[in-house]
Amino acid sequence: MPSAHEVKSRIEAGIPGAAAEVQTHDEVHFDVVVRASAFEGLTRVKQHRLVMDIFTGELGGAIHALALKTEVPT
Amino acid sequence: MSDNEIRSLITQAIEENDTILFMKGSPDAPACGFSARTVAMLQQLETPFAAVDILPDPRIRQELSAISNWPTIPQLFHGGELIGGCDIVTEMYENGELGDALGAPAQSGPATAPAGAGPAPAAPMGIENRLG
Repeated sequence: MPSAHEVKSRIEAGIPGAAAEVQTHDEVHFDVVVRASAFEGLTRVKQHRLVMDIFTGELGGAIHALALKTEVPT
Repeated sequence: MSDNEIRSLITQAIEENDTILFMKGSPDAPACGFSARTVAMLQQLETPFAAVDILPDPRIRQELSAISNWPTIPQLFHGGELIGGCDIVTEMYENGELGDALGAPAQSGPATAPAGAGPAPAAPMGIENRLG
């Protein structure tokens, strides 16, 4: 089971310049906020895909659910 | 019905309905909290939408996710494009973007449009009925 720290590191490694805040109570459900200038100009669906693609194959498995919020830095 | 036939019915439904929600259960009887929340937000905006229940056949969800490249349910489409799932719809609803994105009367006009002035409510989709 991934830790909150591991999820955070993988997001920040996967999206250059991203800052992620990750919370979890049980290490299978994660609340994630990602702020990245890479999101600029993308629809929310595309922003979410950038993050979700990092965890391809794990969602629904080791990671049951990832509640995601994306932000463009102002 | 083959997987391909299901896939083309889904594609057709997304093309033919301006706003369409793929959900678990029906708007009157949602079978999942995320679907229920999404329906409630659309109803608050008074925007007409078609709804498809993905539960009657597991292949509906399988083909839908293959088309949309989006893993979870619900999925809201407008103008043939995926708007998002429950998280994105909630965020857009809360910051007022959802009404604009859907051209909803409750957020786009100076006042609530009188009944009958807007587009006719879309007919509910019948994929589940056509699965026989």
